[in-house]
This record gives sequence, structure tokens and C-alpha cells, in this order.
Amino acid sequence: MNNNQLNAKIVVEGLNAGFFGKPALQKIDMNLYENRVTAIIGPSGCGKSTFVRCINRMHETVPGATYSGRILMDGDDILHPRIDVASLRRRVGMVFQKPTPFPTMSVYDNACAGLRLYKKYSSDELDSVVELSLKQAAIWDEVKDMLGKPGISLSGGQQQRLCIARALAVEPEVILLDEPCSALDPISTGKIEELIQELKKNYTIVIVTHNMQQAARVADHTGFFLLGELVEFDDTSKIFTAPSDKRTEDYITGRFG
Amino acid sequence: MENGWQKQDKIRRLKNVAFLATVFAFTVLAVVPLFSVVSYVFLKGISAVNLDFFTNLPAPVGDPGGGMGNAIVGTIILVCLGCLVGLPVGILGGMWLSQFGGGKRGFLIRYCADVLSSVPTIVVGIFSYVLIVLTMRRFSAIAGGFALGIIMIPTVTRTTEEMIKMVPRTLYESGLALGLPEWKVAVHIVLRTAWNGIFTGIMLAVARIGGETAPLIFTAFNSMYWNLRIDQPMASMTVQIYNYAISPFSEWHAQAWAGSLTLVTAILGITLLVRKFSKRIRYE
Amino acid sequence: MFKRQDRGDAWFKGFTFFFAASIPSLLIALVLLLISQSGLAFEKFGLGFIINTAWDPIGERYGALPFIYGTLVSSLIALLIAVPLGLGCAIFLSEVAKGRYREYVAVTVELLAAIPSVVYGLWGIFVLGPWLVRFIQPALKSVLGFLPFFSGPVSGPSMLTGGVILAIMILPTITAISREVFQAVPHSLRESAMALGATRWETIKLAIAGPAASGIVGAVILGLGRALGETMAVTMVIGNRPEISASIFAPSYTLASVIANEFAEAVSDINLSVLIELALILLVITLIVNGIARLLVWKTVGKNKIR
Repeated sequence: MNNNQLNAKIVVEGLNAGFFGKPALQKIDMNLYENRVTAIIGPSGCGKSTFVRCINRMHETVPGATYSGRILMDGDDILHPRIDVASLRRRVGMVFQKPTPFPTMSVYDNACAGLRLYKKYSSDELDSVVELSLKQAAIWDEVKDMLGKPGISLSGGQQQRLCIARALAVEPEVILLDEPCSALDPISTGKIEELIQELKKNYTIVIVTHNMQQAARVADHTGFFLLGELVEFDDTSKIFTAPSDKRTEDYITGRFG
Repeated sequence: MENGWQKQDKIRRLKNVAFLATVFAFTVLAVVPLFSVVSYVFLKGISAVNLDFFTNLPAPVGDPGGGMGNAIVGTIILVCLGCLVGLPVGILGGMWLSQFGGGKRGFLIRYCADVLSSVPTIVVGIFSYVLIVLTMRRFSAIAGGFALGIIMIPTVTRTTEEMIKMVPRTLYESGLALGLPEWKVAVHIVLRTAWNGIFTGIMLAVARIGGETAPLIFTAFNSMYWNLRIDQPMASMTVQIYNYAISPFSEWHAQAWAGSLTLVTAILGITLLVRKFSKRIRYE
Repeated sequence: MFKRQDRGDAWFKGFTFFFAASIPSLLIALVLLLISQSGLAFEKFGLGFIINTAWDPIGERYGALPFIYGTLVSSLIALLIAVPLGLGCAIFLSEVAKGRYREYVAVTVELLAAIPSVVYGLWGIFVLGPWLVRFIQPALKSVLGFLPFFSGPVSGPSMLTGGVILAIMILPTITAISREVFQAVPHSLRESAMALGATRWETIKLAIAGPAASGIVGAVILGLGRALGETMAVTMVIGNRPEISASIFAPSYTLASVIANEFAEAVSDINLSVLIELALILLVITLIVNGIARLLVWKTVGKNKIR
């Protein structure tokens, strides 16, 4: 760890969330620390994705979604109705499970797609932003000669890194990764895990994963969710070697899930 | 959330609002004609609808008490004749397609059904005219029913095939496991399970052909008298409404509105009922 | 024991196949009959028939051009109106509306499709036509009267009225198919755009417009196909005069209309044959247009979803 001071970038207080009245998350209290990687683990249906989707308010785009509680980012409650959701989503970026480059756009256009929504850039400015984002996503060397090719012509792992570049281009402060490697092969997965270690120097990272080994490899802190409840949240090493809660221990040792 | 991009955000928000307003406006414009048509049909038709309307024959202009009784009966007869032609082909053809239609023959038949559904209904009328009217040397309900039947075929076929395919394979296999021959399982178990859905498809097709005019104009032609003989010309509501509408007489215009009210009520009623009913279809 | 089962199954297969096979047979019979019955007219007038503008059954002078013109122009007007409205409606249903309102609008569009053509025609004669004459045509004339399309005397039965009523009738088709095309775009693409902070309008531009494009074109062409074959409502409001005029306020005549009007009263065998030849022309145009549309929509939505 480069910086020993833990600063809670995001503080979740009493978050409840559900669909059509059925609860998916119950009274979640958690801190997400700046320039650290926090992993969210737990069996299917435990609410991991719902949790993360509350942080950039994607949860409410689903019909029937409800939520209550507070999520503070740098002191402001981002669940407050007067918050401009579009601005929030610029500061909190997200990468999804399935790589989703915009199919009718080139690699170049995909990388700066989000950025061009906000401002008119000159083509020089765009060039440098695209190059920077693709470098940050550790894909520049592979695609620098095919920037004009369609985004979907890349391999799965490359597409996912392109999506990461796209998210990085708008200069977020937090990056949410929802099972980003579950559709990828082991080599691409490894590249992305390396990437995450680099990115945490400048961003706050939250990664949802159903792969415990990945959490152990990649994360500084880990939260274990079960049936909508945050069972335990601690340093990753502690969770995996000496968990406090029996349920955590059962999950880690493979007794269920 | 203060940021250097505040001003741009205002413009983006404005564009978004303008877009949403346009979409909303277009939707309203799209929907207004329905309300206009339905209200006029109701308002103008309700004053001319009375018992005479349903039970009497058309009266000469100037005489009161004219009706469309024969046209109402005629439409019912023509629709039944259409079903005689369209249902066997549609249901049995759909069954063949669902069970054996995986290969090239199936593809061809499905394609032809699709093409048939895009043939203008007046051209179907000509087909029936050449085939039946010219042969019989007269207009007849048979010719009209035949044309309507052809129009029904693509819808009924597609619905039958889709509904049968929705029946879970496990049901089919349970039937086979009882020792029943395949064809019995297909008819007594699968078809029976799919029947609710197929029936709603049939009702929709019936509603559609009940409103057809063009294929009847020179097949069933029209009649001003009571007639139950299917080898003779037969009145129908749609053709009668058409004739009244283009006539210069206001009494007949009123009859046209009344006829429209009756027809639209029946068709919209069937359509809405079908919609409600089809929501409750479940196979689990 | 085994033999009886086989026979039952074979009989069932054959029996149902007979009916299934009647579908292509009917279609082929239809086309062949039309071709053979228009033979008489074709022999007499040849290909020049298509560009001839005369129409005089008694004097035996026939030409298809006024009707082809009327059919195409009325359909074009219909598309100009129905495409924006239909797309707007589809976007509303697929991307904007929530819950009950989506249901209400969707049901309304479905009911629009269920109303018989002749009822639209009746409404067109007594409501739409007069309204267009009183409000729209004079307005168009005063603003755009310098264009040939909007010149000439204002008239109830007109190409414009025909076009507008066609627009109303093809709108459900365009809306329904466009809606399916939009919904076929994977949700994950929408979410990616939203996660970047895009507004609704920007999400549609980024994530939906591209993948949906060819399907929408297909929906539009399918709408065109419907417009081409529509008969009764158009016949009742378009004026039925076989003349070609630039002004859309002037009466016109479509292929379907002339057949509907004159078939039952054909004065001679050649008259009948000419009308059947017109039907054949209409059929060919319609089949080509629908064929193209089907290909485009298949590509976007998958093979089993065409109405």
C-alpha cells in the first residue's frame, strides 16, 4: 500500500434496496476507501450487483426499483433527489459483466464516446484523450494501429479493456466493476487484474466478483454479502484467514455458495 | 455537484427535454385519430341505431325504418364460410409446421404464408372472382367466404405454430411415455393445451375479416334482401356501409354511421376481450 | 402392434401436410391466374400500357400511369407523416413510458389497427376531408403555395386526404415493428451509455440508433407495403379521377381504387383483363417492397417475429 492513510471516499449508511417491495439489500453500512480496491463477494442472488448499482444510481433505472438510506461521497448524499444523476455517473464509472462496446462505432469513437457527450473537443484534444485512456486501460499497444476498426472486432478481453478505457476517459473518481472478468478467458482476466492494481493508484475501485481467489488476489478490503445483508467487511487478508462470522467462514471454505 | 462542465450540462439537459417533448407530442398526434374516429362513430351512429336497424331490410330513400338486418346476418355467414376455409388450413397446416416443419419444405411453406399475408386483399378478391365467380357465373357468398378464408390463413397458421411450440416438451414426452402414438399426443394433449392461445388467434383473425370490404365487392357482391343461400350474392355490413357512405343521401349516411358503430363495437370488443384473455395463458 | 401405430402417424403426417402444402399452392395459383387473365390486355397493349395515361373503357384506351402515380404519391405522403409519428410513438413505448401509460398507449395503437378500412373511409369523407379543406389546405397553400405541390384549387377528395388517411392506417404497423426493433437492442448497451452519464436522448443516439437502423428502415418499408395495398379508405377520399397532377390538393386514383370501383361494372372482357393486369402490377410492386422489408427486419430482430 502506497499511502497508509485510509480515507473513506464513499460512506454507505443504512442502505435498503429492493424491487416491487421485495427487499434485495437490508441496512448496509460500509466504507469504500480512496485509492483502494474493495471486493464484494457472496453467493448468487445475495445483492452484490444491486449494491454496486446503487452507488451510481443505475439501480433506479429498473422498473419497480426502490431504495432508502444514504450514500455519502465526499460528504454529499448522492441518493438525494436533487442530485444530478448524469453528473454523478460521470464521477462514478461502471464496467459491466459483458463487454459492451457500441457496435456501430470504431475503437477510437468508443473510447471517447462518453467524453464527447460533455464538450466539443478539437481533434487533437480527442486524440490525446483517447491515447491516454487506452494507455491507462493497458490496451494502447494492441490497438494503436486499428483505432478505426469497429469496436466489436476486438477479442473479448480487449473489448472489456476498451470499455474500461471508455469509462476512464470521462475522468471519474470511482470505478465500479460488476464481475468484469466472468465472461473472459484466464489470460485476459490476468491482464485486467494487473490493470486494477495500477488503476487503484489514481482511482477508488469496487469490484463485484463471484470468484473468491480473484478477491484475494486483487482487493485491499472485502465485503461478504449474504441474502441482502452485509455479513462482514474487513481487510481482505483477515476475511480470508480469520473471518469473524461463521457464515463468512462457511462460504470461504466452500460449505455453500 | 459543482464542476467545470456545468454550462454544457444545461445545454444537454435542454436537448433532452426538447427530445422528450417531441416524442410525447408525436405520440399524442398518433393517438388522436383513434379517439376522433371512435367518438364520431359513436355520436353519429347512436342516433340511427334502433331496433329497426337490426331487424329490417334497407328501405328506399325517404322511407323510414330502414335497417341493415340482412347485412348483419350476411357478415356472420360470410365469416363462418371464411372460417370453413381458413381454419382447417391454418390449424392443420400450423400443426404440420410445428411438428415436421423444420426443414426446407417447412421454410418454404412458412415463407409462402408470409408472402400471402402481404397480398393486398383486393387482389385476393380477384383471385376468388376468377376461380369461383367466373366458374359459377354469378356472385355468391361462397366466393366471398373463400376470399376471406384465404386472408385468414397466414394469421391462423402462424398463431397455431407458435402456440404449439410454446407447449413444454416435457408435456409431449409424458404423453409418449404413456404409450400413446405420436399423433394422438399431438392432437389430444399438445393441441388441447395450446388451444386457448390458438383460439385467441382465431378470434383476432375473425375480427379482422369481419371488417374486410375489398375482397367482398366483387365476390359476394351485395344484396338488399334477406338471403341465406350461399350460392347467391350476399349482403355484408362492410359493403353496405361503403355503398351508403358514397351515396348522396343523408338518410343512408346515417345508416352508414350506425352500421359502423355496430361493426366497430363488435370488432373492438373482440380485440379487447382477446387481449385480456390472452394475458392469462400459462403452461407451467 | 407396431404397424398400427406407424400407420396412424403416417396418416396424420400426410393429412396435415396436405393442408400445409395448400398454402404455397394457393399462392402459386393466385399468381398464375392473375397472369393468365391479364394475358388478353397484355397482348393488346404490351408494355407501353405502363406509361400510358389514357383511361377510356368505352373507347378501349387504357393506361396504367395515373394509377401507379397515385399509388406511389399517396403512399409517399403517408410515409412522410406516419414515419415520424410512428417512430416517436415507438420510442415513447420502448424507451420513455412507464407502467400504466405504456399499456394505455400500446392498447390504443393496437385498436387503431383493428378499425375496418371502410369505417376510416366514412370518417375520412365526413370528418377528415372537410377538416383538411377548412384548415390545413388553405394554410399550406398560403405558406407554401409557390410550390407546385400546394397550388391549385382546394378540394375535399384529394391526394392529400388519401395520404393522410393512409398515414393513420399504417401507423400501427410502423410503431409495432419499430418497437420490436428497439427492444431487440440488448439492454446492456443501454446501460453502458447510461453509466457514462448520458441523458435519455444521448442514450438513444449512442446505443440504440446504430443497431436499430436497418430494422427501422425495414419497418418503414413494411409500412409502405401496407399503404400500397390499402383500398377502401383511400377509394372513399381520394377523388377517383385518373389524372396526374402535381398538386396534392387535386383528386387522384390508385391502383387498388380503380379496381375496386370498376371491377364489378367492367364493360368488356378487355376492360376486365386490363383491371386484372393492374392488379398484377400492384401485386408485383407490393411483393417486392415487402420482400425487401422482411430481409431488413429479419437481420435485426430474428426470423420469427414478422407480423
